[in-house]
Amino acid sequence: MEENTPLLTIENLVKHFDISGGLLDQISFEGRRFVRKRTVVKAVNNVSFEIQPGETLSVVGESGCGKSTLARTVLGLYPPNEGKVLYQGARIDDLSPQEMLPFRAKMQMIFQDPYASLNPRMTVARILEEPVVFHRKVRTAAEVRDKVAQVMEQVGVDPKWSDRYPHEFSGGQRQRISIARALTVDPDFIVADEPVSALDVSIQAQILNLMMDAQEEFGLTYMFITHDLSVVEHISTRVAVMYLGTVCELAPVDELFDSPRHPYTKALLSAIPRLGETKPKHIKLKGEVVTPINLPSGCVFHRRCHFADDRCSREIPLLRRLDSGAHVACHGVEEGRIS
Amino acid sequence: MAHLLEVKDLEVNFALRWGDLTAIDGVSFTLDKGEKLGLVGESGAGKSVTGFSIINLISKPGYISGGSIVFEGKDLSRLRREEMRRIRGDRISMIFQDPMMTLNPVFTIGTQMAETVLAHRNVSKHDALDLALDKLEKVYIPSPEKRLTQYPHEMSGGMRQRIVVAIALLTDPALIIADEPTTALDVTIQAGIMDLLQELCDAENMGLILITHDLAVVSQVTEKIAVMYAGRIIEMGPTEEIVNRPRHPYTRGLIDSLPWGRKAADRLTQIPGMMPTLTDIPPGCAFHPRCTVREAHCLEKRPDLQPDRARDHVVACHNLGMLT
Repeated sequence: MEENTPLLTIENLVKHFDISGGLLDQISFEGRRFVRKRTVVKAVNNVSFEIQPGETLSVVGESGCGKSTLARTVLGLYPPNEGKVLYQGARIDDLSPQEMLPFRAKMQMIFQDPYASLNPRMTVARILEEPVVFHRKVRTAAEVRDKVAQVMEQVGVDPKWSDRYPHEFSGGQRQRISIARALTVDPDFIVADEPVSALDVSIQAQILNLMMDAQEEFGLTYMFITHDLSVVEHISTRVAVMYLGTVCELAPVDELFDSPRHPYTKALLSAIPRLGETKPKHIKLKGEVVTPINLPSGCVFHRRCHFADDRCSREIPLLRRLDSGAHVACHGVEEGRIS
Repeated sequence: MAHLLEVKDLEVNFALRWGDLTAIDGVSFTLDKGEKLGLVGESGAGKSVTGFSIINLISKPGYISGGSIVFEGKDLSRLRREEMRRIRGDRISMIFQDPMMTLNPVFTIGTQMAETVLAHRNVSKHDALDLALDKLEKVYIPSPEKRLTQYPHEMSGGMRQRIVVAIALLTDPALIIADEPTTALDVTIQAGIMDLLQELCDAENMGLILITHDLAVVSQVTEKIAVMYAGRIIEMGPTEEIVNRPRHPYTRGLIDSLPWGRKAADRLTQIPGMMPTLTDIPPGCAFHPRCTVREAHCLEKRPDLQPDRARDHVVACHNLGMLT
């Protein structure tokens, strides 16, 4: 691999979901005519970024901003409507399932809910063997067993327990098993969708430490999807903030937390409850939450923004690089109206 | 002055086929008028069961097996069902985690709000709706008249939770119990709801019991924090004391394991192991298998809450001397 080739590149990715249902659901009677209307959820709109080998890129945003859709589109679980996904420079979004197989072994996913993502009718051993056998990582049954025992040890679950079922484990241990399953095929790239959101704080710390140890040991690259900004600050190299399907700010973690530029990032950061701050001064957004079905014209954030002007309601701002190294999509920042 | 609420040696058992299981084991605390208390702990600590038992909402096979809950001079644990019904939803209101589960999807907001008023007050439906309108304005719902005719699914999660808060306020309660009221909501919305709760409690001099797993959230809202572990309060004191000078090894572990403000190079401090299940609570101090400063006597004798340093700061730990 050539130096400086990003591990993963996404270019102008668009993912829309048509939720209009059958033909009869789409037809309505308006102004003395029948009209056919489609309802489209515009989950991801024109998102581009790169992930460098060995880094952790966190994607943060509130529910409905399209972060999970983005994660699944990157892994090819949803086909994108437009745009490209490149893995080490090779395009992967238009491959056939057969051609995709070798990439699937390199890209793994950890899901939020360890209660839902482990098959309750399989023992831990079978859950962990399945990917090894499927991707033909090792040949003999003994090697499969060794591999399973090895990953279980790595994630801190005693290999003695491999004959047990998921319900016999606690939430934290189940999430360890999910991580073990991702590690069985020796991946380079792991997408973790809210991996610690369902866990208690003391267990959350254990899992985050485990993920960071695994990253160091195997040189993993993470795309970390979360709404929890305190976790983001701890684990990330760079952070992408999403709002209504678009990236509004992308910056190195220190830059983002020390000097957020986009008005939405500022509001989001100010809303995090911090321990021991008695009277937090958070920025109140105006207006109501907008759904991704009726996207506003221009900047998606303009109806909730205190700095919005005429241009914001007409023209979609592009992600531009600032001198500080941060990328911000905001007319106000670009014009110098917002410091 | 008498306290608004005085919970003393509360014990809640669950009657199972093979015998009783103790979920809450000797919990005591007091709450004054207008005071805000945070009940903090991880899943399984017993914080929700404590909250539910105050309004006697423990469902079978659970029952209050000991202790007293004195609210405005009456012991709630001894009340008959009909008497309890008059207090619940009237003098004490409850706010639950998921507003979509609390609101009935097939009735309009107006119908649901009027129902609550009519259950507790002898007024006309018209007056009940006027009252509902007044409360919706108090929780900053835009165009409240329109909302009364809408159904819950027509509103966002944050809006629904505001309506739940408005319903809780309808009868001007003296105490609100909020069980993880913002856990299902986004941070920007959570901040708004928490501000609102705080503002309302201060304005109406209502007591608040905030049940949550999130120490950061309680630390911003409440004056007092009680930390629970395995069915008992293990540390309680003024918020500022608990946050800045935690004494119990578990409280310290909880605060240290928050990732806030740490750089990626540092490992997070983790508490080894996990909360015991009710069936096998360790003898002695329930926290001893996970504790870093345990000694032989921690396995034998269960520590009681004892005063420490500041007034009102109590800790249940044998080894306070070893903790600096």
